[in-house]
Amino acid sequence: MFSRDRWKEIIEVLTSNWFRTVLTAFGVFWGISILIILLSAGKGLENGIKQDFGDIATNTMFMWTRSTTKAYQGLPMGRRFRFKIEDVQSIRNNVPNLRYVSPRNQLGGFRGGNNVVRGLNAGAYNVYGDYPEIINQDPMTVTSGRFINYNDINDKRKVAIIGNGVRSDLYDKDEEVIGTYIKIQGVNFLVVGTYKKKSNNGDGEEGQKEIYVPFTAFSQAFNQGNNVGWMAITAHDGSSISSLKEGIINVVKTKHKIHPEDNRAVGYFDLYEQYNRVESLFGALKAVAYLVGIMVLLSGIIGVSNIMLIVIKERTKEIGIRRALGEDPWSIKKQILMESIFLTIISGMAGIIFGSLFIYIVNTILDAVGPVDMFINPSVNLGVVVVALLILMVSGLLAGFIPAQSAIKVRPIDALRTD
Amino acid sequence: MIEIKDLHKSYKMGSNSLHVLKGINFTVDEGELVAIMGSSGSGKSTLLNILGMLDVADSGEYNLDNVPIKNMNETKAAQYRNKFLGFVFQSFNLINYKTALENVALPLYYQRVGRKERQEKALKYLDQVGLKEWAEHLPNELSGGQKQRVAIARAMAAEPKVLLADEPTGALDSTTSYEVMDLIQKINDQGNTILIVTHEQDIANMCKRIVHLKDGVIIEDKKIKQVRAQQYV
Repeated sequence: MFSRDRWKEIIEVLTSNWFRTVLTAFGVFWGISILIILLSAGKGLENGIKQDFGDIATNTMFMWTRSTTKAYQGLPMGRRFRFKIEDVQSIRNNVPNLRYVSPRNQLGGFRGGNNVVRGLNAGAYNVYGDYPEIINQDPMTVTSGRFINYNDINDKRKVAIIGNGVRSDLYDKDEEVIGTYIKIQGVNFLVVGTYKKKSNNGDGEEGQKEIYVPFTAFSQAFNQGNNVGWMAITAHDGSSISSLKEGIINVVKTKHKIHPEDNRAVGYFDLYEQYNRVESLFGALKAVAYLVGIMVLLSGIIGVSNIMLIVIKERTKEIGIRRALGEDPWSIKKQILMESIFLTIISGMAGIIFGSLFIYIVNTILDAVGPVDMFINPSVNLGVVVVALLILMVSGLLAGFIPAQSAIKVRPIDALRTD
Repeated sequence: MIEIKDLHKSYKMGSNSLHVLKGINFTVDEGELVAIMGSSGSGKSTLLNILGMLDVADSGEYNLDNVPIKNMNETKAAQYRNKFLGFVFQSFNLINYKTALENVALPLYYQRVGRKERQEKALKYLDQVGLKEWAEHLPNELSGGQKQRVAIARAMAAEPKVLLADEPTGALDSTTSYEVMDLIQKINDQGNTILIVTHEQDIANMCKRIVHLKDGVIIEDKKIKQVRAQQYV
């Protein structure tokens, strides 16, 4: 298979008409380049969109209350209700496979007034009353000190973890943060930690300007009683939150005497569903990239097949001589197949290199001009390259198959007679 | 060496068929130098092709070195051609992008002889036909006579049992023809069996036996006194 003479002959045949060989190779080269470029462009778009999800656990839903739209059990429509802290336990008891059920309360919000004061500095921030689990659902890195723990919850300690954005607003650059007090709506909280969030989307800045305090301390300090503003619920990895949300909402409906068919009383946002939609979008995009790339590649392969047929035609007499000298047909077939595979793979490799180079240049430009919306780091991984090479190998084989077959179909006596 | 019994061959030409060989019987012993003569259309080339396993007879028996040649697939036929037969063609049929040496080495390559041994053997046969200095030349750098000598070297390289030559001098002038015949006679002197198809009487006279074909049958088969080509060179 790897005999020197065979390879020498392959090179001789392919180099005997340089211009023709290069033109033929270009078809394959172009096809595989386009495949690579399309796939990596898709990957870049995917990276860009997925970055917007940040580190948030994607198997998560958020749930809040609205007013009822149906009268039920003697209660009027248009009634407002609030989640209670007991709801958390009933959800946990009635719906299996839930990993975290985090009740949350919130102060401040979009364009709120200044609600936090420290000495002469003041600012408007979102203040959340949370349980320790929230750090797993909305991941953040604690950069100094610690996060909320269950001792804080049980003792209703007035402690706060502030974002790096809050810190730079309220503190001097080198000032020690841990152990100082900030006043949230007139109530002093001890700062025990700072955090940083990775989320890099439009409100990335906003993410750094939040304050987390223990849920129980929040309720007591700001007179929430046992009210819960909203909930963040994450399912275990094996089951999707989309399939569990019906059960969760039903539990809440029963507890709050809401008509079972009142679909608007409980508001929710299913992150998993959104994420899946994006996932399937990119799945489709990838399929289109493969389809277009392979179609373009196909025309290149037909070119190779065509040229191989012409080469066979030109070499009919030579093949006749070889067979008269006793070369067996299979050897001739192998020779032609190897020629075609060699040609496709060499030109395909050149195509892969060209495509990767193109992507590399695009990346360099992207790095130079700064981030572009929804397009980050287009790239192809090794898997794609391996797949491309496999496609090339198969297509080289296909391209050579018909010519090889026709080469040995001619009887040696007829082949010798041709001029 | 060669044994043929009642060989028939016809070609289909549209609706009517052309009966080319109408019952050929003959035998060739080891070491013979046979000329097959006949005018064009007499079936001499067809006979040679069948002997060379390039074509198949419709009916009849053919034994080569006591091996019946029958119902062969292409792979088997290729093996037999390689092992038993050497071909010399009128138009030389050298592969023109390979050097003289590579051309001669080709049958050995198909026998899977190692590269080095192949080169040595090929060079030895090129030396025998007097073209050692031309080993690295391409066919189009050689004269007609030289090409035919390379072709003979190639046919001999695989050490076949029978050498089949189809009008080996047909494309050469008479002086070169005699040189080639001289070479063929010398190879025959070493004990090789050779069959030559020709329509030139002087070439036929340089063989040891003449078989005359006419309209698909042998009309004459006689041993003759060989004319040595040496005296004309």
